[in-house]
Amino acid sequence: MSFLHYWRAMWGIVGRELWRFVTQRERFISALVRPLVWLFVFAAGFRAALGLAITPPYETYILYEVYITPGLIGMIQLFNGMQSSLSMVYDREMGSMRILMVCPLPRWFLLLSKLLAGTGVSILQVYVFLAIAWFYDIHAPWQGYLWIMPTLLLSGLMLGALGLLLSSFIKQLENFAGVMNFVIFPMFFMSTALYPLWKMRESSVFLSKLAEYNPFSQAVEMIRFALYGQFDQQAFIYTLAAFLIFMAAAIIGYNPSKGMMVKKGGAA
Amino acid sequence: MSLQTALSIEKLSFSYGGKKALDQLGFTINSGECTLLLGPNGAGKSTLFSLITRLYDSHEGQIELCGFNVKQQTRQALAKLGVVFQQTTLDMDLSVMQNLRYHTSLHGLGRKVALQRIQQELERLNMYERRFEKIRQLNGGHRRRVEIARALLHKPALLLLDEPTVGLDVPSRLAIVEYVHQLVAEEKLAVLWASHLIDEIYPEDHLIVLHKGQIKAKGTVDEVLLNTGTTSIKDAFYSLTQGEQA
Repeated sequence: MSFLHYWRAMWGIVGRELWRFVTQRERFISALVRPLVWLFVFAAGFRAALGLAITPPYETYILYEVYITPGLIGMIQLFNGMQSSLSMVYDREMGSMRILMVCPLPRWFLLLSKLLAGTGVSILQVYVFLAIAWFYDIHAPWQGYLWIMPTLLLSGLMLGALGLLLSSFIKQLENFAGVMNFVIFPMFFMSTALYPLWKMRESSVFLSKLAEYNPFSQAVEMIRFALYGQFDQQAFIYTLAAFLIFMAAAIIGYNPSKGMMVKKGGAA
Repeated sequence: MSLQTALSIEKLSFSYGGKKALDQLGFTINSGECTLLLGPNGAGKSTLFSLITRLYDSHEGQIELCGFNVKQQTRQALAKLGVVFQQTTLDMDLSVMQNLRYHTSLHGLGRKVALQRIQQELERLNMYERRFEKIRQLNGGHRRRVEIARALLHKPALLLLDEPTVGLDVPSRLAIVEYVHQLVAEEKLAVLWASHLIDEIYPEDHLIVLHKGQIKAKGTVDEVLLNTGTTSIKDAFYSLTQGEQA
């Protein structure tokens, strides 16, 4: 099995996902509408209600819209990760996942390629979102737009791996609503995406602790610092560790000998 | 093991929880042989296919594809395998060409070889002129042809067909049956074909009758008829499965 084989297969998987995304205009638009509604409507409403102190990486008072922009970037990637997991469950039910799983490459590599493909799509969405936000006067230093690229890759992989792991547990498409309620919403609202930790601590120390240890918070903070040209080492290590744990668990979940596939009696 | 053995299964068992789905299966398929796997619903055909393709893993028994153990030498074994699943596994929003290119990239074929093989396989099935059409625009028979073409692109030694003619009209069904038998005769391909349609069987085919996870009969058509003391495959099948529908 040559390196070229791996390379071609990875590009095949990534290229297919990108092509599907670009040609599915509704998916493209709906992926953008969600964070934009939050930015234009929710943030505008909350601007007056929430006073923000000067905290790193910000060096001056900022508008609430500026604060939640990294959180909304995280939101794009979180929903994209879950969307990928949804499509994995759909593909598994419809059978097209089988074509991927019976090709002569290691399963971990195929899952990683699938993850990369989903992450590539989410990075595209993020840059289009940032371009629109730029016209809404949300500007970051130009280096920040380059710096976030590697962090988006890591956060996208981490959230995608979580989606992958969940998809190995979900037997039917109908159960996906449960994932929305029990995973996506708590993960998003119990994070630093919408409000800083110190603000949350004023209301509940317990909730602020949960938010602090939420991998999504760490990913958002990593993106927030990168957008201003800074490196948040703790958030980076935390996000990387979360990615490795989720990925390892997902690979076990998709392993035909040990994983959930056998326990559920359903093929990949 | 003979070099010509494409698939070898020995003492293969599989259970879902406490329920036994396959019980001590054993058979071989050689190149140039078309073996029809007959069995009523729930006989274990799909489970067997999932084990051969390693979507499931069995702790009992072994499966070898062209001498490669599916469990220990998975990648080498899967490289020898072409599969057409019962449900269509094509991407409806992509064209015929895009679907086939996706498959060739998964099998590591370079662009030039891939395009050559795609042309060759599609031309043989009279589908080459439709290569830029989206799958959604094709009828069921044409979709199946594309799936068969796809399964052959990487030149497998064994072709697995899981009831590929279900839901097709008679001419499309007969065309596929004829084409597969032609591949067996001309290309010396080994084929394992799960079917419930007795008229898809040619006199020179081999048969395996599976019922409740066990092999009830195997051999050539004549051998199965002789062993069951019947004169038609339909009667043989009914006597082996106590009258259940295929």
